[in-house]
Amino acid sequence: MTRYGYYPGCSLEGTAREYDVSTRIACQELGIELVELEGWSCCGASSAHATRYWLSLALPARNLRLAQEQGFSALVAPCAMCYARLRHTQHALRDPAVREQVNSLLDRPLQDAEVKVHSLVDLFSEEERLNLLRSKVQRDLSGLRLACYYGCLLVRPPEVLEPDDPEYPTMLDRIVEAAGATVVDWPLKTECCGGSLSLSRTDIALELTRRLLEDALCRGANGIVTACPMCHANLDMRQQQINRRYGTQLDLPILYFTQLVGLATGHAPKELLLHHHLVEPWSLLAQAGIPA
Amino acid sequence: MVENPLLRLDLRHKSLAQAILRRLQVDVRACYQCGRCTAGCPVAYAMDAGPHQILRGIQLELHDWVLSRNTYWICASCVTCTTRCPCEVDVARVMDGLRELALQEGIRPSEQTVKVFHQVFLEWVRLTGRMYEAGLVGLYNLRSREFLASADLVLPMLTHNKVPLLPRRYPAQAEVERIFERARALEEKR
Repeated sequence: MTRYGYYPGCSLEGTAREYDVSTRIACQELGIELVELEGWSCCGASSAHATRYWLSLALPARNLRLAQEQGFSALVAPCAMCYARLRHTQHALRDPAVREQVNSLLDRPLQDAEVKVHSLVDLFSEEERLNLLRSKVQRDLSGLRLACYYGCLLVRPPEVLEPDDPEYPTMLDRIVEAAGATVVDWPLKTECCGGSLSLSRTDIALELTRRLLEDALCRGANGIVTACPMCHANLDMRQQQINRRYGTQLDLPILYFTQLVGLATGHAPKELLLHHHLVEPWSLLAQAGIPA
Repeated sequence: MVENPLLRLDLRHKSLAQAILRRLQVDVRACYQCGRCTAGCPVAYAMDAGPHQILRGIQLELHDWVLSRNTYWICASCVTCTTRCPCEVDVARVMDGLRELALQEGIRPSEQTVKVFHQVFLEWVRLTGRMYEAGLVGLYNLRSREFLASADLVLPMLTHNKVPLLPRRYPAQAEVERIFERARALEEKR
């Protein structure tokens, strides 16, 4: 077991609780020990960086400092938004002037050593973990034809987040493949779903989400796998609204990749909280012979 | 000697290009208007000026024109523009900077709901130390006067155990509130 600090983030305590639960299960299977960061606070997400620059650095910096104080050399942030904000902050803090300014906003300053921040997708897609996953597969999931959705926050900007490829990444694809599901080639995998406008300009979020869902269907997908709670909320919870607005008949299950890993390694759907999704995945899971 | 009018514009007290260079370390003069940012922008269809037009407006010091566009409020922060810019202009950062500048200058946002969303989000963080989703939706609906927004999602969200019904204050809240206060003081000083 390798020990990592765990930063769940606010969504994983609410709308994305199934991501938290399935993350813990999947990490257990793949030899990753998660220790929740004590006293963590919100990273500020898009609202801080969209309107208050210094706040957008200080809020994640507080959590990076906690990781240092609690002796973690590496931190896992499964939420793509938290991951991006933590990495952005580290990037900005490499400038000594910025660092000094941010330190002045905190109760106690950051130490010098940089904590390594992981997205979970990067950890799972390491070759040795993929091999471990392959060796632990207990179910045949080849009937699941999945489009892997990265969205924005795992890949852009590439200078900060260092994905394998900003336009056509394959980290998630490799995990899904190792879990034994079928990966659908999907050019829209990094197009934005409009998550940050989901409440304030719902019409835009519905339009962007509809484009993604319809395109994934056209490519033969019977489900989408994601690693971002905002993307998941948009893609899963807004399908009925899209159907009413556009006269479509979308009913495409959206899974967290950690839930897929849990399914592959033999865990029950209810244990992975698959019943929490608004689009129910039971007919999809039936294709792999998994009862509800 | 003939005076260069562009130089005079550049030296204006309220130079937008200078403000963006100083505050964000982004030099918009590098933009040669290829339009790639606008071509790849997923929300350009809802903007009254594309991102490349905003950059041009900043180059020409069209302060009022730029800040009265809805572009930087519609921007979804997907960062496709920055990723693809051949001149390495951080366009998404410029959109963040314009939003912050407009709020500080008290310019009425063309997309009031976007502003309300961000404010309500940060208010929950300040009050509890973390974001509280049910409260975010509730307070957003009140403040934006969109009382029934997302109402059709309430029942399915409850039956699918999506959110805790009550917020709680986390131990981290005390320092978080101090961070908010110190950041506000810093913003006012700069």
